[in-house]
Amino acid sequence: MKRTDVKKQKSMTGMHIRRSLFAFPYIVWMAVFILSPMLLILYYAFTSEGGATLENIVQAANWDNMRVLLDSVRFALYTTVLCLLLGYPIAYLLSRMKKTTAALLSVFFIVPMWMNFLLRTYAWKVLLGAFTKILYTEAAVLLGMVYNFLPFMILPIYTTLIKLDKSYIEAAADLGANPATTFLRVVLPLSMSGIISGVTMVFIPSTTTFAISQLLGGGKTMLYGDLIYMKFITEQSWNAGSALSIILLVFVLLSMTFMKKAERKTSDEGGGRLW
Amino acid sequence: MKDKHLIELIDVSKAYGGDVALSHVDLYIKDGEFLTLLGPSGCGKTTMLRLIAGFIMPDEGRIEMDGVDIASTPPYLRKVNTVFQKYALFPHLNVFDNIAFALKIRNVDKATIESKVENMLAMVNLKGYGSRYIEQLSGGQQQRVAIARALVNAPQVLLLDEPLGALDLKLRKEMQVELKNMQQRLGITFIYVTHDQEEALTMSDTIVVLKDGVIQQIGTPTDIYNEPKNPFVADFIGESNIIPGIMLQDYKVRMNGVVYDCVDKGFGKNTEVDVVVRPEDIDIVPAEHARVVGKAVSVVFMGVHYEVDVDCGGYEWVIQTTDFVERGQVVGISIPPDAIHIMKKTKQTNLFDAVAYPDDEEVEFCGHRFACKGLESFRTRDEVLVAIAPADVRLVPPEDTELTGAVKACMFLGTHYEVTVTCDEEDWIAYSLDYMEAGEEIGLSVPADKIAVSANEAN
Repeated sequence: MKRTDVKKQKSMTGMHIRRSLFAFPYIVWMAVFILSPMLLILYYAFTSEGGATLENIVQAANWDNMRVLLDSVRFALYTTVLCLLLGYPIAYLLSRMKKTTAALLSVFFIVPMWMNFLLRTYAWKVLLGAFTKILYTEAAVLLGMVYNFLPFMILPIYTTLIKLDKSYIEAAADLGANPATTFLRVVLPLSMSGIISGVTMVFIPSTTTFAISQLLGGGKTMLYGDLIYMKFITEQSWNAGSALSIILLVFVLLSMTFMKKAERKTSDEGGGRLW
Repeated sequence: MKDKHLIELIDVSKAYGGDVALSHVDLYIKDGEFLTLLGPSGCGKTTMLRLIAGFIMPDEGRIEMDGVDIASTPPYLRKVNTVFQKYALFPHLNVFDNIAFALKIRNVDKATIESKVENMLAMVNLKGYGSRYIEQLSGGQQQRVAIARALVNAPQVLLLDEPLGALDLKLRKEMQVELKNMQQRLGITFIYVTHDQEEALTMSDTIVVLKDGVIQQIGTPTDIYNEPKNPFVADFIGESNIIPGIMLQDYKVRMNGVVYDCVDKGFGKNTEVDVVVRPEDIDIVPAEHARVVGKAVSVVFMGVHYEVDVDCGGYEWVIQTTDFVERGQVVGISIPPDAIHIMKKTKQTNLFDAVAYPDDEEVEFCGHRFACKGLESFRTRDEVLVAIAPADVRLVPPEDTELTGAVKACMFLGTHYEVTVTCDEEDWIAYSLDYMEAGEEIGLSVPADKIAVSANEAN
């Protein structure tokens, strides 16, 4: 009896800390490094010399800039499609291998990710310059982007495929489906959630990419990320840069909503959801 | 049921990375029969089903269907369909499309698909469920969809892998009857895998009892129940009294010092046998008229009957009776001749490959050195074969010996338990007076003069 009384008293005098308190450092972090930059961008985008205005946005949304945005989206689409065409077979092969072999092989995809992507891109610049004639062309930019974003396509698809119950494949074969039909009618639809995750993880960052285009495109290919970079750093025009950023943000949010909807539609069977 | 052999397994073996799943199995399955593969987990029953479905290939032997070897035919070209243990219904398709799957990939026209699927839905009592998704169905409904999906193609053979395992008892009973009716109505061969002996007895035309990848007995439910071929089958199929006896001559057997009339013959004179008597076949009679009397040491009400343990000095009979008996009461027991089932004694010996060390008077096997006599004729490090009778293996507390193993199985044989102990990847058979839990750690020891050593002729 006595022992429980002591325990009770201890807890009542506030000996234990409320769990939400542990979230405090994270909230501070978010406020300083995520929320305040966003607010600053909003401020610069909608003000001009102290007064509120839509002028920046209207100016930023000119035809030249929108062409750059369309170009960026085009590049992002190419990258996503190429990553999907390359990444799905790789993920599929990995998922059919023995766990140990697959783990060993996936190290080859993961280890380069430990290195900064700028370093990897510089390496490509040297290699392409030394051995090919495609440096400073759109092909080089595309290669650099596919190379950088491929792991983000492979991993979610691999995760989905590895979780796929083998009995579905056996059931399809049992019902008369040859391997190709089994793949098209069972494996592919059941890995759709992984594909959507992969597409999101490649498409969104590659829309906003910069530096790769500068390094491998030699300034001939201007992407939207480069445009923002130019406004902020070269022209020191924070208002214009912020306005461009806001436009991109709206575009990204729209595409994410679209993909989230697509993901909701597919079954969550075995799939790793992003949100 | 016709007499045609639809499927035949000829000398089929299968191992998974050195672990034998099936060992030289021969079996034929008649057209239109309900055949059940029955056995404890790991006995090879699912392996056999998967071989017939085509998901795995045999290491050795032939699998014939209609006289053609199909051992290497891929599953999608075989005329068999499977109801999977966890149904494996496609989660991205609704009920209609799940059932239509096999028809759609064969490019059957839309109207035919529609009518066939609707027929199937009606057959499994799921009319109007076509547009539901799998996750919206209960376990029993999923079960029905799985059956409909497998049957829509009108296969010659339906394979069922413990299909009722996930259902609750009441639903399971209903589905047993339904499946049996369905099989009789459609005239399709059913090959059914289960570990539930009651299910097997209820539904099957033929039962195949398996243990450790070897067929123990093939027969009708009545045969298997009434005339089990060995103690394993007797023990696995229902409760039984299994006691050692001596067949004195045809129709006379002595058990526990008492001679009984029986209906078996052909075992020779004075042969050691095992005797099976089902608990419900033993009658309790007034003590004054009985040849055998004993004391009721335990009386348990089981719903339909009482289960009474009667101690007759040396052997405790398990008896099922509808008459109430007081605990402690002295009763007589009577066993009618046709209730006594005689089985050939299964002789078991522990055989191990070993290395001889005559100088130390020791042999090494199971990663352990044993003191041993009679090694004079061997040289050091000679490979030899050692034989140890199960009765000579002593089970001791694990702390008393260096050689320990884990209990794999424990089976009551009337006067003692037969214990299988896995030790350094070898199975030991030993006898024990006490029950041992599977997984329990136990020490093993063998007296030096009980190890019989012989030259290893395989080398």
